[in-house]
Amino acid sequence: MAQKKFNIFRWFLRTGWRHLVGLVVCMYAIFPILYILSTSLYPNNDINDTTALFAEISPANYIELFAQDTRPFGRWYLNTVYIGVFTALGSVFLSALAAFAFSRLRFRGRRGGLLSLILMQMFPSILGLVAIFGLMSDIGQVFPQIGLNTQAGLVLVYMGGALGAGTYLMYGFFNTVPKEIDEAATIDGASHARIFFTIILRLVAPILAVQMLLSYIGVTSDFVLASILLTDPNQLTLATGLQQFISDPYSKDWSMFAAGAVLSALPSLVLFLFLQKYITSGLTGGAVKG
Amino acid sequence: MARTKVKAWKSETPSLAGILWKLGTLGITDAIAVTMIMVLVAQELWLATAVSIVVLLVVNWIYLRKGGLPAKYLAPGVLFLIVFQVYVLLFSGYTAFTNYGSAHNGDKALAVQTIKNAAYRTLDGEDYTIALVKSDSTGARGFLMTSNADGQVYVGEDNKPKVLIPEGSYTLSPLCADKYDEDIENCAHAAESATGYTTVKPESLSELEKRKYSSLRVEIDPNDPTIGIKSSDFTIALPVQDTLQYDAEADTFTALTNDDYGTFMAGDVFKPASDGYFRLNGDIDSQKLDGGWRVEVGLANFEKIFTDVQLREPLVKVITWTFMFAFLTVLTTFILGLLIAFLFNHEKLKGKRIYRAVMILPYAFPGFLSAYVWVGLLNRENGFVNTVLLGQTPGNEGNFPWLLEENPARLAVLLVNLWLGFPYMFLITTGALQSIPSELNEAAEIDGASAWQNFRLIKLPLLLISIAPLLIASFAYNFNNFTIIYLLTKGGPNDSGITDYDVGGTDILITFVYKIAFSGTGQNYGLASAFSILIFLVIATISLISFRRTKKLEDIV
Repeated sequence: MAQKKFNIFRWFLRTGWRHLVGLVVCMYAIFPILYILSTSLYPNNDINDTTALFAEISPANYIELFAQDTRPFGRWYLNTVYIGVFTALGSVFLSALAAFAFSRLRFRGRRGGLLSLILMQMFPSILGLVAIFGLMSDIGQVFPQIGLNTQAGLVLVYMGGALGAGTYLMYGFFNTVPKEIDEAATIDGASHARIFFTIILRLVAPILAVQMLLSYIGVTSDFVLASILLTDPNQLTLATGLQQFISDPYSKDWSMFAAGAVLSALPSLVLFLFLQKYITSGLTGGAVKG
Repeated sequence: MARTKVKAWKSETPSLAGILWKLGTLGITDAIAVTMIMVLVAQELWLATAVSIVVLLVVNWIYLRKGGLPAKYLAPGVLFLIVFQVYVLLFSGYTAFTNYGSAHNGDKALAVQTIKNAAYRTLDGEDYTIALVKSDSTGARGFLMTSNADGQVYVGEDNKPKVLIPEGSYTLSPLCADKYDEDIENCAHAAESATGYTTVKPESLSELEKRKYSSLRVEIDPNDPTIGIKSSDFTIALPVQDTLQYDAEADTFTALTNDDYGTFMAGDVFKPASDGYFRLNGDIDSQKLDGGWRVEVGLANFEKIFTDVQLREPLVKVITWTFMFAFLTVLTTFILGLLIAFLFNHEKLKGKRIYRAVMILPYAFPGFLSAYVWVGLLNRENGFVNTVLLGQTPGNEGNFPWLLEENPARLAVLLVNLWLGFPYMFLITTGALQSIPSELNEAAEIDGASAWQNFRLIKLPLLLISIAPLLIASFAYNFNNFTIIYLLTKGGPNDSGITDYDVGGTDILITFVYKIAFSGTGQNYGLASAFSILIFLVIATISLISFRRTKKLEDIV
């Protein structure tokens, strides 16, 4: 008996308290998400007066969400996916190209180029809005297909920021690929393009995927640029559209918002849970070799 | 390390498929570019055409010549970078030295147009029911106007006399001209379309088009060109008389009549002044006409930042809070993240995977949604935090004022940011912990170090070296963390009445500057740009110094 009691005490000192702290932190982490999930399942809760989680469960909010004409949620969803996918593909490709040059080639202005990329990132991009808005409105006068209020235009603007954001990180990853590999390939007669596309890109493919994912998530969460460049209700993204459910004091609809929020967060949550390991390495890669 | 000269890059012999790929891609790009240039030429935008042609030639030169490999890899990204970042940076930099803003919104021609559009007063007299039209031959915008006095139909283009349309070349609307009149049989009908013109529906117009139509002014008096009609609702056009006349030769406005608001008297002459306004006799201290243009003001915006008394108090407060916010955010997220990382860096712990999965959720949840969700959670009367977690009465206005009073709002912002940020810190510290060689641990244990000593003297310093750059990056990020502040509190709660500026208790520099630029009535891009240059300098300095220091740390170890 005495032996066992001692063990419980020891167990608590060694691992039990870890569970206790872990549980508390988990509660803190998860309750807002449970709350929004519960609200989304609770019908007709316009003024947001939840008293207990999961008091009632009904799909009514989700059904109504897709039935609204003035706030075309389904359309926003597709817009967001479209913008996210094209931006992620385009910007990762652009920064991979640049990172290859910085990592593998030696040229004048290489250090300066890298440094200015980092510096440029530090300019508060929010304040470039005036210029970006003016630029896009000018472009739209001549090429309405890529001007204001078009998704293609927004993708172009996002891709403009890609080089600064992604190159430096990717440069770190490219440096981890041993130079001997491409030197050997060169001796075998492979061209630089072949080395880049079929050797290097293939070796860092998991990292490219994570970068795309992070870029996708970043872009689809962007509120400021999207809200300034897209105005037509049919063109909105989830970040700008969902806000309409709770911003207008006369037609607040907390239930619709909750249902929309759950559906919008779903892809990102699922991807994160399944790709945890890769994402962690993608985050820390340059600085921490974990 | 001896490095073999990588001269080999140049001596490769490209394969046929490679050449075809390259030419194909380049060809498609060129085709698109040429199409776009043709559009530019058609619109007679010569500068844009010239720039595009140069860019096209440079791109082709880069890819078709031998060698110059770096340029081949950098060109696509750099092109985007130049258009959307370098240009934006330069533009913002230039703007800081101008008075650009809602009061000085464009060039002088635009200002003249704005003043002209506003300088009229409504007369009594014949009004017209109108339809918006576009000429099929010239594309000019116009009104198809039916006189409500005699039913004659005219068409009028901007600043031109109205032209009578003979019966038979227009069709009348089946609806009454007076939309409240339901007697369709006997009421007057207005023309809805005319041959040679396309009718445009007001609701299908873009904002820009709407503005063009609302500035449209058709002359109706053959003897007096200062009398015209204008329409603000696109259904009725009213006769108006110009109150100011612009003389393009002399570049002056002359008042034709007294102004209703007492701004000017008949005969007053307004000349361009150096601050971007038309002022009485061009005198900088005298009466101005609303509607200015953009002029360069030198260092005036920077001077204002450092000397304006109105600005000083809010600015000091905002700057202090910005540093506090960024520092406390990094500190709290790092401590919590580190704590959990240590907790779970324990082999025997069961259910680690589940804990990890749950704790990563806030990070995986899209940031903008988190902010909105927390706004709902922290609602004073009915929010989940107050009514359920803190057990306060639902609907009670005396509940804890999260987000509504300064200190609670600051606490709330930090708590939400902790929620958002600790998983990231957890992930990176875990990675860093695992990369610490286990031999070090073992050595410390053999030497008789306690767990705390082991942590404080060995693990923490090693950890800090590897993640210091990330902590600094996190500081810089939060220094400008617009999204969380703006979506959570809009920088509020607002201090009313302290200054002319729109500033609140949780405003950090970036939200404060955003408000200067974009919210309220006096949008001032010039001042905001001056601020952003200063913010940029602060952040760049902090980062550079810190990166240097971390480099030194690394050298020592």
